[in-house]
Amino acid sequence: MNTPLMHYLVWPLVKFLIAFIIVQVLVAAMNWIERRLLGLFQARLGPNRVGYKGLLQIIADPVKFLLKEDIVPASAEKVAYFLGPILPLIPAFIVFCLIPFGPPPTFTVTRVNVGLLLILALTSTGVYGIILGGWASNNKYSLMGGLRSAAQMVSYEVPFGLSIVGVLMICGSLDLVTIVRYQETNAWNFLPQIVACFIFLVAMNAENNRTPFDLPEAESELVAGYHTEYSAMKFAFFMLAEFSMMIVNSCLMVTLFFGGWTLGMFGIGLTTDVLRHMGMFGGILGTLIFVTKVMLFMLIYVWFRATFPRFRFDQLMDLGWKWMIPLALGNIFVTAIFILAGQERLMYWIGIVSIGLAAMYLFKPKPKRAAAPGKVAHAS
Amino acid sequence: MFDVHEMEVNFGPQHPSTHGVLRVLLKIDGERIIEAKPIIGYLHRGTEKLFEHMAYPQCIPHTDRMDYVASATNNLGFVEAVEKILGVTKLIPRRAQILRVILSELQRISSHLLWLATHAIDIGAMTPFFYCFREREQILDLFEAYCGARLTLNCMRIGGMPEDAPHGWLDEIEAFCAKFDAAVDEYESLLTTNRIWKRRTVGIGVLSPEDAIEWGITGPPLRGSGVEWDLRRAQPYECYPELEFDIPIGRNGDTYDRYLCRMAEMRQSNRILKQCIPLIKQTTPGDLKAKISKVIRPPEGEVYHSIEAPKGELGYYIVSDGKTQNAYRCHVRPPSFVNLQALPMLAKGHLVSDLVALIGTIDIVLGEVDR
Amino acid sequence: MSELPPTPPPAAPAAPPAAPAAPPAKTVDDIKRDPIVASAVARVNDAILDAKEFAGEITLFADRDRIVEVCRAFKDDGFVYLVDLAGVDYSKFPNHSGLRFSVAYMLYSFQKNARVRLRVWTDADTPVPSVTGVWKTANWHERETFDMLGIQFSGHPNLERILMWEGFNGHPLRKDFPIRGIDTGARIYPEVFPEGGGPKAGSTGKPANDVNVYKGEWKKYGTWPAAQIGGAPKPAVAAAPKPAPKPVAAAPAVEEGE
Repeated sequence: MNTPLMHYLVWPLVKFLIAFIIVQVLVAAMNWIERRLLGLFQARLGPNRVGYKGLLQIIADPVKFLLKEDIVPASAEKVAYFLGPILPLIPAFIVFCLIPFGPPPTFTVTRVNVGLLLILALTSTGVYGIILGGWASNNKYSLMGGLRSAAQMVSYEVPFGLSIVGVLMICGSLDLVTIVRYQETNAWNFLPQIVACFIFLVAMNAENNRTPFDLPEAESELVAGYHTEYSAMKFAFFMLAEFSMMIVNSCLMVTLFFGGWTLGMFGIGLTTDVLRHMGMFGGILGTLIFVTKVMLFMLIYVWFRATFPRFRFDQLMDLGWKWMIPLALGNIFVTAIFILAGQERLMYWIGIVSIGLAAMYLFKPKPKRAAAPGKVAHAS
Repeated sequence: MFDVHEMEVNFGPQHPSTHGVLRVLLKIDGERIIEAKPIIGYLHRGTEKLFEHMAYPQCIPHTDRMDYVASATNNLGFVEAVEKILGVTKLIPRRAQILRVILSELQRISSHLLWLATHAIDIGAMTPFFYCFREREQILDLFEAYCGARLTLNCMRIGGMPEDAPHGWLDEIEAFCAKFDAAVDEYESLLTTNRIWKRRTVGIGVLSPEDAIEWGITGPPLRGSGVEWDLRRAQPYECYPELEFDIPIGRNGDTYDRYLCRMAEMRQSNRILKQCIPLIKQTTPGDLKAKISKVIRPPEGEVYHSIEAPKGELGYYIVSDGKTQNAYRCHVRPPSFVNLQALPMLAKGHLVSDLVALIGTIDIVLGEVDR
Repeated sequence: MSELPPTPPPAAPAAPPAAPAAPPAKTVDDIKRDPIVASAVARVNDAILDAKEFAGEITLFADRDRIVEVCRAFKDDGFVYLVDLAGVDYSKFPNHSGLRFSVAYMLYSFQKNARVRLRVWTDADTPVPSVTGVWKTANWHERETFDMLGIQFSGHPNLERILMWEGFNGHPLRKDFPIRGIDTGARIYPEVFPEGGGPKAGSTGKPANDVNVYKGEWKKYGTWPAAQIGGAPKPAVAAAPKPAPKPVAAAPAVEEGE
């Protein structure tokens, strides 16, 4: 049972397959949830024909993609065109090996001591497929979509990485399990690292080309961006990779800032030790907690999509380079000062005060609009 | 060293945000537009030629097909032009006049709603699209109740109106009006103060009042530039002189101001509708047609008559030879056609993303541009 | 301007008109002295050849070669707004003698809140001076007039077709252009439609009601059950593989094929 072969190959493989299947079900479910939720946001129904409340849409969509004609443009660069959808898919799947879904060792596929770096390295390779696909389609819109995607990924990879540095400084490890264990004995990282958490949230939206930043596939500008010329299963692969990456980024968000599989702070509540004490049930409970948190962040993606208009490209770059990167650097600086002073716990107050201010701003009673506006449209 | 040259992109005619079959030939440097050249004519159906070959009443359905999202105002312009050349403008019964105003104001709201829906989705805000269609659907239902058609209404006749308001119709309009201001508030809460929306629209496509007049821009784009000019007020027709409404104008002439103007116009149209309901209830039911001959054969002469359509000044230039029952020549002055002409000037130097915002803010309907 | 003088309706509109109840007809000089146009006309009095008033609208006939000067005078006088520009082919106008085409410029003045119409006469070969230098908006209007009627405008920056495509042979709004269209030579789906057939077909020497009917064998898309729509299927109809021989029948078949 405990031979090296079993320990290093078979068990990880089995666990990876289980994780993979669960995540793929989540991806399919997410598709349905997104459409239903958007329907809810937008005063319409969403898919409701196939099965109960349209649930079988999860199956109907892939079947449709499988059966559709796979069109390859005559002037496309065939090999690159074929590689385009495959390349983002591979890292999106491998990354699930490294995510700790539940209390280790049972519910984590592999524990790598530089897990975070590995995840960052893998996820950033996904953009190659998009660029390749956009270029190989031999379509100007696709090319522009691919280029936009490249520029966007490069720009937002920096704040994405920088926002994590603060967490690493506090926790002192690149190992995701250690980071979670640190959070359950201290506060969840979103409290001391509220700025980094916000930057991470924005950057992960941008990384995934989701709505306020969905410029590479902006359908009103670039028809469909890099996947304009893709159809059938190749298109589905792009979508699969995108949704998988959304889940990966949500997993990272939960692991880094929201306590992973635990539901407790300062050693109180459902910490890893408590879950381990419950045995197998505790592990499953931890995994469920993790998945629930991940789904909450997936809903935030949908919520953003329903609410925001799209940025323009230069504004996106402006936001990334002029605001997010300096902010992330400043956050690292402030964190370093607190750590040097040995007053890490004082940073919690930063989070508490920021959340309080944000709540005050959001729930401030708004002035009622006049019933009949005056002659001049209230121009800016 | 490098081979630097600009890219040419065919924006349209099959493109999600060209609102039909507009084709814009773009020369872009990176994403910056060096030159934009609109190419139109893909929806040319020879409406003006058809007008010459059919009697005046037969033309009315064809006017529907020009600006197919605002067919009531198209009808109104045409029948008024024919009434003018016949010299019977004063004879139109009051009830018919108010009915015409009701229909055209409903149409204005519905046209603006469609504009907002597509404009918002062009800029990437998906949700207002559905909210706008929710109210637009109610207006289309009202149209259906009146004349049986939802889009191409064919709802006016030379010398009056074809039908009286059906039973309960006016109450339904009242109920709609009562709810509509809140609906506009809802759209505005999603967009007006949204930072991304403002960044995408403020300062984009600035049109100075001088330029606007030079290019012949009419309608909300002109008013967005700060020119307070509305044909309903400047050269009133039907019963507009007795109705109270404001003409919203902008200050900077950018996309955001045009957006604000149209939003305020919807509220003003709603205000007009609210005033029309009591007015029409005072008139005699069934008094809808002026006593004019069934055979419409205007005297020899020419008139140009224009009304304020949702997109600007919609004019008809009719030349009659005095012998036949069809127009010798009927030229249409479509607002979209003229407003679209300013697109190259507006788009120059902006990004491709702004081009879709600009096409949206001009509010073109290709059926009208190409006729 | 939309307010008409309170003229009584034509007593018998069916009767031959020419009596639109215009009280004592105004002379050309009367119209020229109308406060709306008087100050503008005074600047270019000799270029205004004729004037008419109908339904409360003033039409001034200008000298074709001096139209730019006239337009500039009117613009300087407050008619800053070229609302519309339309050409008319008078070749079939009853009792018309003189040049074939007319170009009408609809002007509007914000100050006076009034409209005036300038008109010039021209023929197919003589160009009208372009007013794009006066109003930029004239650009597309003139292109449209050129495209639809073949009226030439001299000095226009790019006088090319706007609604019809480059290479279209003819000017659709001319009175001698047939309403059913002409054979443009465009061959859409030449493998499906023979010479002269197809959606753009026209006068290939066949009778007008016969031009768009495709007589050959339907190769791909003609096999849908025609009798299924509405009522009991009739074997006689179902046996006939061809759609109804109407001009409109050809176009949907093509769309189906895409």
